[in-house]
Parts: sequence; C-alpha cells; structure tokens
Amino acid sequence: MKFKWWHGVLILALLLAILSPLASLSPDGLERVAEDKGFLSSALEPLYEVMPDYVVPGVTNEAAATILAGIVGTLILFGIGYGLAKLLRAKGEA
Amino acid sequence: MHIPDGFISTPMAAAGIVLAAGSVAYAVKATNKKMGEKQVPMMGVLAAFIFAAQMLNFPVAGGTSGHFVGAALAAIILGPWSAVLIMSCVLIVQCLIFQDGGLLALGANILNMGVIAVFVSYFIYKGIFGVMRGSRTGRLVAAGISGWISVLVSALACAAELAISGTVPWQVAVPAMGIVHMFIGVGEGLITVAVVALIMATRADLLELQQAA
Repeated sequence: MKFKWWHGVLILALLLAILSPLASLSPDGLERVAEDKGFLSSALEPLYEVMPDYVVPGVTNEAAATILAGIVGTLILFGIGYGLAKLLRAKGEA
Repeated sequence: MHIPDGFISTPMAAAGIVLAAGSVAYAVKATNKKMGEKQVPMMGVLAAFIFAAQMLNFPVAGGTSGHFVGAALAAIILGPWSAVLIMSCVLIVQCLIFQDGGLLALGANILNMGVIAVFVSYFIYKGIFGVMRGSRTGRLVAAGISGWISVLVSALACAAELAISGTVPWQVAVPAMGIVHMFIGVGEGLITVAVVALIMATRADLLELQQAA
C-alpha cells in the first residue's frame, strides 16, 4: 500500500496519544472555576464507567494505562470519522 | 471544559440536547453526498488528531491547565458543517467511553465546543482571511485569532448555561470563565496556527477541500 498523506496524520495522532502521560494534571479552566466558586461538589458521578479519566482499568502502570486509552480512543475516532464521511460521500466517489 | 452532570440543571441539559441534536441532524443533511475523495480520510484523521491532542493538557497560570479543543482547526480545514460532525463524534466518544463530560450534559458540551465554537471561529476566520486578501500571513493571523475566540465563546456559553441553571450567578460565572479561558485560548490559537502552517508548508491543497466540495 502506498504511503498517503493521511497515514502520516494518523501516525502523528498516535504519537500524541503516546505523549499523553506528560499532560498537566492540574484542573482545567471549568474545574478551576468550579473549585474557586464552590460548586465543584455538585458534580455527579458518571452513571457507568468504561475508561474513566482516560485510563484503561486493570493496567497497573499508570502511564501505560493512559497511553493505551489514548491509542484506543484515537483509533475509535479515526474509524468513526472515516466511516461517517464514507456514508456521506459524494456519488461516484470510491 | 467538559461539563459533568450536576453542574447544569435538567431543563438546561434537555435544551442542550435538543439544540445539539438539531445541529447534528442539519450537519448530516448539509454534508450528505458532498464528501469528496480527500475529505473522507481527512474526517477520520482529523477526528483522531483532535481526540489525541485534547488529552494533552498544558499548564496555564495559577495551577490550572487547558487543552486544545480543535473546533476552529476543524472549521478551517473542512468547513463548519463537517466540523460540527467531527467535534460531535469526539465529544460523544469522550462522554460514552471515557466519562469526560456528563451523559445529560452531552448536548450542552456539543453545543459549546462543537457548534458555537465552530461557527463563531469559522466566520471570524473567513472575515479576517478576506480582509487580509487571502495572503499567507492573513491565513495564519486568521487561524490564530479564530482559535483563541473559539475557546472564549465556548467558555462564555458554558458560563451562561451555569448561570441559567442557577449553579452560579451571571456576574460570577461570566468573568471567571472568561478570564481563565482568555489564557487557555492563547494555547488554542498557537496550536491552530502551528497546524495550519504545517499544512501550508506540506500540503497546501488540503486547505482548499471545502471549496472543492
């Protein structure tokens, strides 16, 4: 298979997922405001959990669990984005 | 900026779901049978890239972090309706699989980061790019400013939803959300410029996909 431009972008996205353990753990803008203004505690727990906080459950190494979650999510989104666009593609396009 | 359940009231969340569902339905209608040959892989890799980049929280002042959203980038590359679809896919997967953003609040999150941010940044980008007569510098300036504004308008929409829900008063929510996201938006602007500059340097034709459609 010939290497196409979008293969490069997908590899770049997977590399970013591998860097995900380096992300800042500080609260984000909304969490910071919720904490400062006293409504953080009104957040409800999720109804169910699959991979909460971008961590694959059962993997003891935290960095590995985050990287795995990142790779899984990146591939899922590639599949959904590609598949959806394919359903919407113009007539006569392969 | 993903709203968890509990931050907004049930009527507000319901209104968000109705508005988001309507926007997504119209986006499907607007893009149906219009995706070109290069747009199909672009939709896939852009959704993947935005998801991965959103994981990389960067520190901003005062023990706070921000992360790339990608609404402006998606709107610049693929136009607003395709961008609505990409952002909705990312937010739905983040909500259903990674429990980032509440289930009931999903509509509000799509509305803020997937609809409002997309359209405001798209028109800002088009406006500035047009005023600067389509120059290279114009494209980069437009990308940066639209990235910055995309985060700011998402945050203000979120502040409005919090205020309407009675979670926190307007005069508290608007400045608090606005100020912190003016800083986070700088990161969004810089990343948007960097990606657009990279595309211009390597495959400038990919920035013309929406015109070709």
